[in-house]
Amino acid sequence: MTSLGKLFRTTAFKLALIYLAALTLASGAVIVYLSQNTASLLHEQVVETVDAEISGLAERYRTGGIRGLVATIDARARQPGASLYLVTDFAGNVLAGNVEGFGERVFAGESGELQRVSYAPFGGGAKREAFVRVFQLSGGFRLLVGRDLREHQFFRDLLSEAMRFWLFVIAALGLVTWVFVSRRVLKRIDAMSATGQRIMQGDLSERLPVDGSGDEFDRLAVSLNAMLERIEALMQGLKEVSDNIAHDLKTPLTRMRNRLEEAMRQGGEGAPSDDALSRTIEDCDGLIRTFDALLRIARIEAGSSDAALVDLDAGALVAEVAELYAPVVEDVGGSLTVEAASGLALHGNRELLVQAVINLIENALKYGTPQGADPLKVTLAVTRSGDGVRLSVRDHGPGIGAADRARAVQRFVRLEASRNLPGSGLGLSLVNAVARLHGGQLVLEDAAPGLRAVLELPLGKAKARKQGNEGGLGDGG
Amino acid sequence: MRILIVEDDVEAANYLAKALREAGHVVDHAADGEAGYELAATAPYDVLVVDRMLPKRDGLSVISTLRGEGNHTPVLVLSALAQVDDRVTGLRAGGDDYLPKPYAFSELLARVEALGRRPRQQEVETRYTVGDLVLDRLGHTVSRGGRDIPLQPREFKLLEYLMQNAGQVVTRTMLLEHVWEYHFDPQTNVIDVHISRLRGKIDKDFDKPLLHTIRGAGYTIRDVSR
Repeated sequence: MTSLGKLFRTTAFKLALIYLAALTLASGAVIVYLSQNTASLLHEQVVETVDAEISGLAERYRTGGIRGLVATIDARARQPGASLYLVTDFAGNVLAGNVEGFGERVFAGESGELQRVSYAPFGGGAKREAFVRVFQLSGGFRLLVGRDLREHQFFRDLLSEAMRFWLFVIAALGLVTWVFVSRRVLKRIDAMSATGQRIMQGDLSERLPVDGSGDEFDRLAVSLNAMLERIEALMQGLKEVSDNIAHDLKTPLTRMRNRLEEAMRQGGEGAPSDDALSRTIEDCDGLIRTFDALLRIARIEAGSSDAALVDLDAGALVAEVAELYAPVVEDVGGSLTVEAASGLALHGNRELLVQAVINLIENALKYGTPQGADPLKVTLAVTRSGDGVRLSVRDHGPGIGAADRARAVQRFVRLEASRNLPGSGLGLSLVNAVARLHGGQLVLEDAAPGLRAVLELPLGKAKARKQGNEGGLGDGG
Repeated sequence: MRILIVEDDVEAANYLAKALREAGHVVDHAADGEAGYELAATAPYDVLVVDRMLPKRDGLSVISTLRGEGNHTPVLVLSALAQVDDRVTGLRAGGDDYLPKPYAFSELLARVEALGRRPRQQEVETRYTVGDLVLDRLGHTVSRGGRDIPLQPREFKLLEYLMQNAGQVVTRTMLLEHVWEYHFDPQTNVIDVHISRLRGKIDKDFDKPLLHTIRGAGYTIRDVSR
């Protein structure tokens, strides 16, 4: 995963998104509330101003006649920030005012009604919005008083600009917080999960970092470390117990086997037959093998920390095993083929991986013969899938039913079909344990026809070197 | 051959000593690590058979002390711990071969004899000859009675190991270890199949077979007439 992709998947990212949405909604609500209140306040103000002016001017008309009104309006209209005025006679001729005629439509309205109109300012210019009220004077004169809505417009623009700016600030703040928090959290979490990975690969002595700050991560790390302490102690105990069992049970087994061999060598009067003895030795060996396999699985599952993990070429490893087993398959009239992609690196224990592949081949030999007269056909394949390598062994036999596949991997489980064949029921468990040690898994698939057993393993990081005796497992013989 | 057994299980040691003597060897026995070290450090032995778990002193520490003192007597490590890592640690401590318990005596005998007969000198033979069968290690060629026999690389390695131990019994596990470098018991007859293929190439068209099966033990290559 890329580091950016990682950032997007953090809890911090989700939280940042939620906070951002909540803040935007809340501030949006505040702004809407504010602008509506202000708008109605302004509106009231306009109404009051217009009404006050009208009553003032009407008064002036009553006392000074039309002449006095015109004089007053001329005087007021010249003041800066003046209201809008217009006085017409009964014929519609403009007597005074600072706006152009509105036409009959405006004057036709009922007297005293507040109207919203667009007008052209006196002396030209763009059309503007205004609230106006028309007042009928006696003698057919009509007086129009209004207020320009420029202030309203200006205020609305101001608010929406503030809103946009505010949104930008919130988004920027959210982004910064998200990046900062998630980077910090990610760093700690990454360190923790890297340690976790190492521990799962078998190094149980590893501990999570504690930086002493006492924050929530520290507390988590401390309690996880306590848990790891306990797991390590338990694993150590388990290992010691298995070692002791191995020693204690195998010593008498060795004696038993020795006596049988001795009896077989000496023979003589009244001795049991060689056949009986060698069959007993075989049983003894079977017992030992089961026992070894069990111990081996336990050891692998405990994640042996010193199991030699080296860089391997997956294709070469499978090809070597195939070379060993091809004659065996051919001897029973079958064929073994390898389809290996080259250059796929694995980081693993050669011995264990070889053992796993061999177990799968031996299973194919035992159970993979097709029904009818067809010969046994075993196919080993190495393919890449995403970040992983798939080592698969496929046969054309009856396969394993979907219901039984999970069970087949468990210890000592022998499926109905194989009850009368030799085996301990540990083969696939061992393969599974090996896969898990390598951070992968064993998957049984329906190859229709036949079974495909797949070791899904993570791709090695390093380029595979020439595969050979690099595990340090060869001896000086 | 003179062999020292260092093993705390007296019955197992007695049995082993008896069987090795029957096979014509001279055998001493030490029951713990200290006594084993004393004997090994003072008397000349051809092979040491050392158990890993010993009272008083661990088997591996005995071996590494001996190696540290310049004693290079071949050592076969015996252990009830038949795990991959244990083999590695056993060999790292200076052991030459490793045998998990319980073992077949034939397996132990074959390994002890192979260890005892290992050439001490640095020079390595470049040609192995058994009867009229000749293997040239440098030219990677095999011929019998003057007739060239083409072999696959793995077959060559198999024959090379057999001829290197000519006249001695080589077990299936030893072959798997040295020719394929795998360390475990194969469940099927995988080695037998490879041997029979090799036999088909070097023995089939000739009167006298050289590659023999030793029942219950393994294989040997030898010229019986000599």
